[in-house]
Amino acid sequence: MQVALPRIPITAAGRRLTLLARRSLIPLLGVAAFLIFWAGAARSVETSLGTFPGPAEVWSQAGNLWQEHLRERSRETAFYERQQARNDSLAARDPDAPIRWRDYTGKPTFFDQIATSLSTVAVGFLLAAAVAVPLGIVCGLSEGFYAAVNPVIQVFKPVSPLAWLPLVTMVVSAVYVSDDPLFEKSFVNSAITVALCCLWPTVINTTVGVAGIDRDLVNVSRVLKLAPLTHVRKVVLPAAVPMIFTGLRLSLATGWMVLIAAEMLAQNPGLGKFIWDEFQNGSSDSLGRIMVAVIAIGLVGFALDRLMLALQRRVSWDKQAILR
Amino acid sequence: MRQIAGPWAVALTLLVLSHGALAVGYPEKDELTFGFIKLTDMAPLAIAYEKHYFEDEGLYVTLEAQANWKVLLDGVIDGQLDGAHMLAGQPLAATIGFGTRADIVTPFSMDLNGNGITVGNDVWQAMAGHVERREDGRPVHPISASALKPVVEARRQRGEQFRMGMVFPVSTHNYELRYWLAAGGLHPGYYAPHKSDTSGQIDADVLLSVTPPPQMPATLEAGTIHGYCVGEPWNQQAVFKGIGVPVITDYEIWPNNPEKVFGMTRAFTEQYPNTTVRIVKALLRAAKWLDENDNANREEAVEILSRPAYVGADEEVIANSMTGTFEYERGDRRAVPDFNVFFRYFATYPYYSDAVWYLTQMRRWGQIAEPKPDGWYLDVARRVYRPDIYRQAAEALIAEGFMVPEDFPDFDAETGFKGTQTGFIDDVDYDGREPNAYLERFEIGLTDEVL
Repeated sequence: MQVALPRIPITAAGRRLTLLARRSLIPLLGVAAFLIFWAGAARSVETSLGTFPGPAEVWSQAGNLWQEHLRERSRETAFYERQQARNDSLAARDPDAPIRWRDYTGKPTFFDQIATSLSTVAVGFLLAAAVAVPLGIVCGLSEGFYAAVNPVIQVFKPVSPLAWLPLVTMVVSAVYVSDDPLFEKSFVNSAITVALCCLWPTVINTTVGVAGIDRDLVNVSRVLKLAPLTHVRKVVLPAAVPMIFTGLRLSLATGWMVLIAAEMLAQNPGLGKFIWDEFQNGSSDSLGRIMVAVIAIGLVGFALDRLMLALQRRVSWDKQAILR
Repeated sequence: MRQIAGPWAVALTLLVLSHGALAVGYPEKDELTFGFIKLTDMAPLAIAYEKHYFEDEGLYVTLEAQANWKVLLDGVIDGQLDGAHMLAGQPLAATIGFGTRADIVTPFSMDLNGNGITVGNDVWQAMAGHVERREDGRPVHPISASALKPVVEARRQRGEQFRMGMVFPVSTHNYELRYWLAAGGLHPGYYAPHKSDTSGQIDADVLLSVTPPPQMPATLEAGTIHGYCVGEPWNQQAVFKGIGVPVITDYEIWPNNPEKVFGMTRAFTEQYPNTTVRIVKALLRAAKWLDENDNANREEAVEILSRPAYVGADEEVIANSMTGTFEYERGDRRAVPDFNVFFRYFATYPYYSDAVWYLTQMRRWGQIAEPKPDGWYLDVARRVYRPDIYRQAAEALIAEGFMVPEDFPDFDAETGFKGTQTGFIDDVDYDGREPNAYLERFEIGLTDEVL
């Protein structure tokens, strides 16, 4: 039996407005409420480095960091001009003089550190993905193999990056020896630590995805007598893609968190080092500058997650699935 | 400026070339990374960089702050760092194999004095009753550790330990803190490396432990330690944060004591001799700039050091000690014109007698497990301290007109020993030529026994 519900008339324009409110107005209200709470709470927290920074102070520190970035760039220009002048006069004085051109020796700024962290996490993540996806596929296809490696995975999965770091550092120093290395040792250290920690979510999710493929699809593949590699390429991969990407997304989020801690502990260049240096400086601006970094880390992490989400949506065959 | 400097430089080069022996060749290695710890006495490095003295020598230097002294030393040993701002004890200890064994040498002393001992507010309050007062109510300086003794005793009665921080087992701070405590009748504890005991707490009244300099104030605030000995700005930081009171500076323990050195591996100096001399040249110019015209440049130096890439503390905190004053209790600011000396009194010359003093303290507290003959002390000093390199750099600077002979000791007559030095807080005089006789004069400390 049909029950006639009274329909509330909503015009198209009205519906759009409601949508707009839900999409942007409510989040904005949330952010505003948080800022007010932050400003109020910060005032009442007195540390030995002064009052805890509120939004206004953090905003002005962000401006300072940008100014410092610009200043460093102009110092860089001056450095190259001096080098030019020095080399010219050297060449004029002594035609046999060894003329060398060297890179700028100044400090990386906050924004340089963000770039370093991003490239480190990217390399670590790609390294992990290159190992984790094939490993996960094999685990998913062969129950015997999975049973064999599962204990190892379960034991290493919960290990903190900070536990790996000393080992990674020593092994890299011993193995990665070259007179003109392509990458800095510190970069390799951070990237490998990140890779070790963001391996597991991808391995596990890929395994689950591959193992859970629809029996019908597997049977079709069997009937067609597909070669193992073709089976993987044509049946397994497309079917497991949503789970693989769920794993990759988790991995990237883990990697980003791990990286900051690793940089802090190992004094490798990047945002973690920036925070540690500021903490050590203990100046009255330090807390504000650290807060800028905290927000930057959050924003970058958020952006990375959205990026992975967009990728996941693109490659997923089930366009109906709700992804959050 | 550059246009004027050009022809001059040509003329100078010709002059130098005609002097053959004085000319320093082109650097063999010109891209260098130096490590430092966030302390005001790293100033010569920052100034040599900012005033382009390194670049004038054709050196492209990157300065990198290090987390602690151990990381810094390891960096130099494994070659990640080409050189570093080091504790005077580090090259000596590495050479004799206390801690990590490595051949580290120093051709350049970075500064004199610059450290202080700070205690927590509660300790200061307990000490205050035992400190002599002047007519205006301010304490009479120097304050002896005997004023601390009743506080330590009272804690011991309650079954509590008294803990203090220093920055590294072979740091100047460790020896200064020990010197001060022992002079006041408090035993700072022995080391026994031959029994694998490197905690340095055997027989101790006061337990000393290692904390990196920039973390000293935070560690004191957390209550993990009750006081510490550290370089600036971390004593003044305690005053500004209101968490502790500096009780004595190292100038009052031993006036014009040698402090940091610039350390490199012996292999580096042998492989890159021109680079080594050029590094020393740049550092000498920086040190001279820092002390020039009665510290006229110190304010500018303070601004440079307060940048986050260098020391990074607030300008006023750094200025407190760098500009010739020192604030003890909040408001009790006194003139200590020689608190930081970078160039005066031949501060940069690597005296053998300075090296021997550090070795005597290592022996006094058991870091050197067995007694050694006087000759041994001199041999080690000769291996680590390198006035020969210093002399080449100084003579090149004189030839180039940047310095005058009066800036340096008379190289031909200099023996490397300062003669009898006086003014120690316990009135024990020091003569580097007789280390064993010196050790005999202390009431607390090892002489010819083995623990």
